[in-house]
Amino acid sequence: MSQYKMHVLVCAGTGCHSSESNLVYEMLRDEVERKGLGREVQIISTGCFGFCEKGPIVKILPDNTFYTQVKPSDAREIVDEHVIKGRSVHRLLYTDPETMEHVLDSKHMGFYKKQLRIALRNCGTIDPENIDESIARNAYQALGRVLTEYSPQDTIEIIKRSGLRGRGGAGFPTGLKWEIAGRNEADQKYVVCNADEGDPGAFMDRSILEGDPHSVLEAMAICGYCIGATKGLVYIRAEYPLAIRRLKTAIAQARDYGLLGENILGTSFSFDVSMKYGAGAFVCGEETALIHSMEGKRGEPSNKPPFPAQSGYLGKPTNVNNVETLANVPVIILKGADWFSAIGTEKSKGTKVFALAGKINNVGLIEVPMGITLREIIYEIGGGIKNGKKFKAVQTGGPSGGCLTEEHLDTPIDYESLTAAGSMMGSGGMIVLDEDDCMVSVAKFFLGFTVEESCGKCAPCRIGNKRLHETLTKITEGKGTQEDIEKLRNLGSVIKDTSLCGLGQTSPNPVLSTLDNFMDEYLEHVHEKKCRSGQCRSLLYYVISADDCIGCMACKRVCPTHAISGEKKEVHVINQEICIKCGACMEKCQFDAISLLNDYPRVAVAINN
Amino acid sequence: MITLTIDKKKVEVEKGTTILKAARKVGIEIPTLCHFELCDMGIENKPGGCRICVVEVEGRRNLAPSCMTQAEEGMVIKTHNIRVLNARTTVLKLIISDHPFDCLVCAKSGQCELQHLATQFGIRSLPYEGEQSHYRKDTSPSIIRDVDKCIMCRRCEMMCNEVQTVGALSAVNRGFMSVVAPAFEMNLEDSPCTYCGQCVSVCPTGALTEVDHTNDIIRALTDPTKTVVVQTAPAVRAALGEEFGLEPGTLVTGKMVAALRELGFDYVFDTDFSADLTIMEEGTELLQRIRGHLAGDPDVRLPILTSCCPGWVNFFEHNFPDLLDVPSTAKSPQQMFGAIAKSYFADKIGVKRKEMIVVSIMPCLAKKYECQRDEFKVDGNPDVDFSISTRELAAFIKKANIDFLNLPEEDFDDPLGESTGAGVIFGNTGGVIEAACRTAYELHTGKKLERVAFTELRGMEGIRSATVDFDGLPLNIGIAHGLGNARKLLDDVRSGQSVYHAIEIMACPGGCIGGGGQPYHHGNSEILSRRAAAIYSEDERKSIRKSHENPSIIRLYEEYLGEPGSHKAHSLLHTEYFPKTNGVTVHLQS
Repeated sequence: MSQYKMHVLVCAGTGCHSSESNLVYEMLRDEVERKGLGREVQIISTGCFGFCEKGPIVKILPDNTFYTQVKPSDAREIVDEHVIKGRSVHRLLYTDPETMEHVLDSKHMGFYKKQLRIALRNCGTIDPENIDESIARNAYQALGRVLTEYSPQDTIEIIKRSGLRGRGGAGFPTGLKWEIAGRNEADQKYVVCNADEGDPGAFMDRSILEGDPHSVLEAMAICGYCIGATKGLVYIRAEYPLAIRRLKTAIAQARDYGLLGENILGTSFSFDVSMKYGAGAFVCGEETALIHSMEGKRGEPSNKPPFPAQSGYLGKPTNVNNVETLANVPVIILKGADWFSAIGTEKSKGTKVFALAGKINNVGLIEVPMGITLREIIYEIGGGIKNGKKFKAVQTGGPSGGCLTEEHLDTPIDYESLTAAGSMMGSGGMIVLDEDDCMVSVAKFFLGFTVEESCGKCAPCRIGNKRLHETLTKITEGKGTQEDIEKLRNLGSVIKDTSLCGLGQTSPNPVLSTLDNFMDEYLEHVHEKKCRSGQCRSLLYYVISADDCIGCMACKRVCPTHAISGEKKEVHVINQEICIKCGACMEKCQFDAISLLNDYPRVAVAINN
Repeated sequence: MITLTIDKKKVEVEKGTTILKAARKVGIEIPTLCHFELCDMGIENKPGGCRICVVEVEGRRNLAPSCMTQAEEGMVIKTHNIRVLNARTTVLKLIISDHPFDCLVCAKSGQCELQHLATQFGIRSLPYEGEQSHYRKDTSPSIIRDVDKCIMCRRCEMMCNEVQTVGALSAVNRGFMSVVAPAFEMNLEDSPCTYCGQCVSVCPTGALTEVDHTNDIIRALTDPTKTVVVQTAPAVRAALGEEFGLEPGTLVTGKMVAALRELGFDYVFDTDFSADLTIMEEGTELLQRIRGHLAGDPDVRLPILTSCCPGWVNFFEHNFPDLLDVPSTAKSPQQMFGAIAKSYFADKIGVKRKEMIVVSIMPCLAKKYECQRDEFKVDGNPDVDFSISTRELAAFIKKANIDFLNLPEEDFDDPLGESTGAGVIFGNTGGVIEAACRTAYELHTGKKLERVAFTELRGMEGIRSATVDFDGLPLNIGIAHGLGNARKLLDDVRSGQSVYHAIEIMACPGGCIGGGGQPYHHGNSEILSRRAAAIYSEDERKSIRKSHENPSIIRLYEEYLGEPGSHKAHSLLHTEYFPKTNGVTVHLQS
C-alpha cells in the first residue's frame, strides 16, 4: 500500500451497497483516473464500517475523514476538494448531534469512541476480495505460527486461557469445545462455521464474512489443526449473496496461496473449506439442526447428547463455531491469551458485536468490550433515543431474548448478567424501544417470529408458542382477561422447561420478561382496555366531541359499519361496539370534532357527555 | 453398571439405559406418547418430540425427556412432582388443543393413545382455545390420511423410512403447520407408498387409518341376487381374538367361521386353501427354475422370489423395475382364491360371475389395493370384490351384536375351505418358503419328507438364511421381513452378489401376523411372537401338512386345472408386474 499517498475506503457492506455505494466507488475511481491520480490515490471497496445509519460511508486515510451519506454525484467534489486540494467536504462530514459540529477525525465520533474492534478489526479497512490486503493485516500469520510452533494441545490451551466463549449465544467455552472434539477419535472430523445468522435485524456475522472472510477461514484451519479435522464447511444462508461471493473468492485465493488445501505452508497439515447453503430457517442456527440441514435432512434439532463433538456431520465428530467466535481466534493466537483475557469481565472475556437497532440515533454494527453498560451503548455509542423520546426498554438476545428496563441500564453486559436480568446475550441483536412502544405488542411481535420459525418438532414449541401468540393477540385486541395473563406465565414457563432446543427454551422470554417488567401495561390492556402508547389499534377509540359537533351527518354517511348515530344538527355518537377504527369519520369531519383516544374511562365520560 | 435414584428408589442399570427404561425396571411407568418400540425387532421411535415423558433431573435447568436421556451415575430423578405433572398436563392440553374433538366418530376411538392419555391425566377442560391446523384429507385405495389428527409423533415416518425404506412419508411444513405427509403433500396414491400399512399400525391417533369397506359388504350381504363368498387369511385367526379380550395368540378359527356365517356369508372359505394352491404353482415354478439353472439354461433367473405379499409387490414395482422377471409369477393366495371362486366354484354351484361377491378378511391393507388392480379383473369385474382387515371384521362382528366369545366352533365350507398346515404358516415370516420346501422336496426327490417342520427357516431376525438339503441338492434360502431388509437382499440380487436360490419376502415385520390390518399391538412385540406361535400350533394340529396332499387341491387340478403350471393354471393363477412411476419424479417434471 505504501506507494499510494492516499486511500479512499468505500463501504461495500450490504447496507451501503444497497444505497448505491458501488456507484460511489466507480465514480470515485473514474474521477481519480480522469485526474491522473491513479498511481497516488487508491480507491478501495471495503467491508462494513458499522455506522449503517449514515451510509454510504466513505473514509479517507491517512486523514481519518469520515464522510456520511455519500451519493455518486458527490464523487467529483470529494476528489476535487479533498484529494486534490486537501480540504474536507464539510457538508458530508458527520455532525455530532450534541455539539452540532462537524467531526473532522472519525476517532472523535461518539459512535466509535467506546468501541473496541477485534472481530471486526479488518471490516472497513481492507478490500475483502483481495487476499494481499488481508495478509498485510496479518492474516494467516496465526495459522503459520500454530502449524510451525504449537502443538494442537498448546493451541487449545491458548484458546482456553483466553476465556473465549461462543458468540452464537450459548456462550460455551470455545477451547473446551475444541478439546472435546479433539479427544474423540475418528477417521474423519469436521469443522463447521455456523453462518446461519437469523435474528431479525442482525448482521454481525454477515458483516464479518463480507468484510473479512479470511479471518474466518484462517480460524477454521486453526481449529481443524487442533481437533484433527481436514475438512471445513461453512453453513451460510443462501440469502447472503454478497457474503457467499466474497467467501468463495477468499477460499479460491487462499487455495492459490497454499493457505488452504494440501500441505499448508509446507507442513503436513491439510485442510480445505467448502460451503453449504441454508434455506433461511432460524432454527438451523442450532447446531444439531444445522448439521441435519447440511446432510440434506429436515432442518430440525435433535436431542443432545450425542453432541456434535461426538456424532455430528455424517455421524463424525464435528466442531461447530459461530462466525464471530472464529474471527476472534487468529488475534488471540497472535496477541496472546493474556491480552484477550484482560478485556471484559470475570467470566466473559473479549468483546461482543451487536447490531444496534430500533429507536436510537446511531443504528448500526458495534463491537464493544464485555462489561460495558447498556447505558454506554445506548447513550454514548448509540447517541441516545431518537427524537428526544424517553427510553423504555432494550431487547437483547434477538427474538428470544428479553426486554430490559431503565433499572438494568447500568448492568455490565456479560453472558451471566444478561441471563440473570431475564434476557440473554444471544447472537447480538439489540433493539431499543422508546415510550411509543407498547410492550405487549413488542412481546407479540417477537413471538410472531418464533411461531414462524419453530421447526414443529416438539409440541410445546410448535403449539405452545402459537397459543402464547394467540393469547397476546387477544390482549392487544382488548379481549384479554386476568386469567389470560396467568395463562401466559404458566404456558411460558412450561415451554421453556420442556422444549427440545434452544429456540423453544428461550422463545417465551419476550413474554416472561415483559410480564416481569411491564405488568402494568398488561393490566391496562386487560382491565382498562387501554394501550398507553396507542399502538394497539383495537384499543383506540374515535370519539365525537359534543362541543364541536354540529350534526352535519358527514361522518355518519361515510362510516362503513353504520356505527355513528345522531340526527341532523344533533350531536353524533359513535357506537364503540360496532366501530372498526378505520378513521374515515375523522378524516371526513371538517370541524375537528372527532378525536382518537386511547383511554377508555375518558372515552366513557366523553360518550356519557 | 450405573446406580441412580428415581422417585427415591435406587435402581441399577447398564450404561446407555434411558431414564424411561430404568424407571420401568423399578415399576415406575412414565407416560409416553411419541415413543414407540418393538424391542424384539430393534424398532424404536424416539424423536423426543411430544415431551410427555419429561422428568426432573436434579441439577439440570430444564426437564429432561426420559425416553432419550441416558441414565448417569448418581442421578436423582423425580417423575411426578408438581413441576413435572404441570408440565406434562400443560403439554398434553396443548397437543389436544390442536386436535379435532370428534372422538365419538373417530375410527381410532377406544384405541387412541392420545385419548388414553387424556383419560389418564384426567383432562376435563382446555384452557388453550385457538386455531387448529387443517389439511386436505387424502384417501388412497388402502389408507386414509386425516392428518388434522396428526400429533407429529413421527412413528409413521420412522416405519416408512427407517424400517420399510419406502420413503413415502416425512415431516413437511414448519412450525404449527408441520405435519407428516408425502413429498409436496401429494396424494399417497401418487407417492411410492406400498400400502403395507405399517404407518397405520403404529399411528397413535386416527391420523392414519384403513379405508373401511364394511358397508359395501353389508350391502352385498343384504342383496338377495348376490352369492357372497368369504375367504379368511391365515394370520387373521391368530389375532382376531385380541379384539374380544382374548389373550394374544389365542386361535379363534372355529368361532371366526361361526361369526362369518352369522353375518350372513353364503360360503365361508379359507385363504389357506389358496395358499396351498400357491405352493403348487410357486413350488413348481421354483423347481422348474432350479432345474433349468442346474441344466445350464442361461435364460433362467435365480433366485426366485415369493410374490404372495402385495406390499412387497408394490415395493419392487416401485424400486426394482429392472428386476420384474425375478419374482415368481404366481398370484397371491387372495387373488388365486378369487380367480378360482369366480370360475371353478361359480361353475360348480351354477352362479354367474357377476352374481358372486368375493370378500376377503386380511391382516393386510395392501390387499385392498391388490384386489383393485386391473389385471385381477375380468371385464371390469374383480376376482375379489372387497378386502377388509382383521380390525374391520372385529368391528363388524361387534356391530352385529354377535356374542363372539360364546360362539360354537364351526368348520369351513367345502371345497375351498380345506387346507393343510402348509397353508396356515403363510401367516408367519418364513412360512411361505417352509411350505414351498415341504412340497418341492417331495416333488423333486420323490421321497417322503420325514421332518415336516423346517425350524431353521423360523424366527424373528429381519434377514435369515438357511441351506436346505434336497437329498443332495443344497438349496440356499433367504428370508426377509420388513421392506428395509428386503431391499438389502434385492440390492444383492441387482448387483449379482446374491447367493440364494429362493428368497421369501414379507413386507411387514413378523410377516402377516404383524400386518397393517391386524389388531393394534401398541408396540408390544410379545403379541407378535404369540401370534406366530399360534400359527405354528395350528400347523401342528393339522392332519395334513403338505400342500400337494390337500384333497381339494388334488381334485381342483384333476377336475379343472390339469397340471400345476398348465395353460389354464397360468391364465388363472399367474400374473405379471409393471414398473411404477415415481410420483416425486413426475411431480418434479411437471
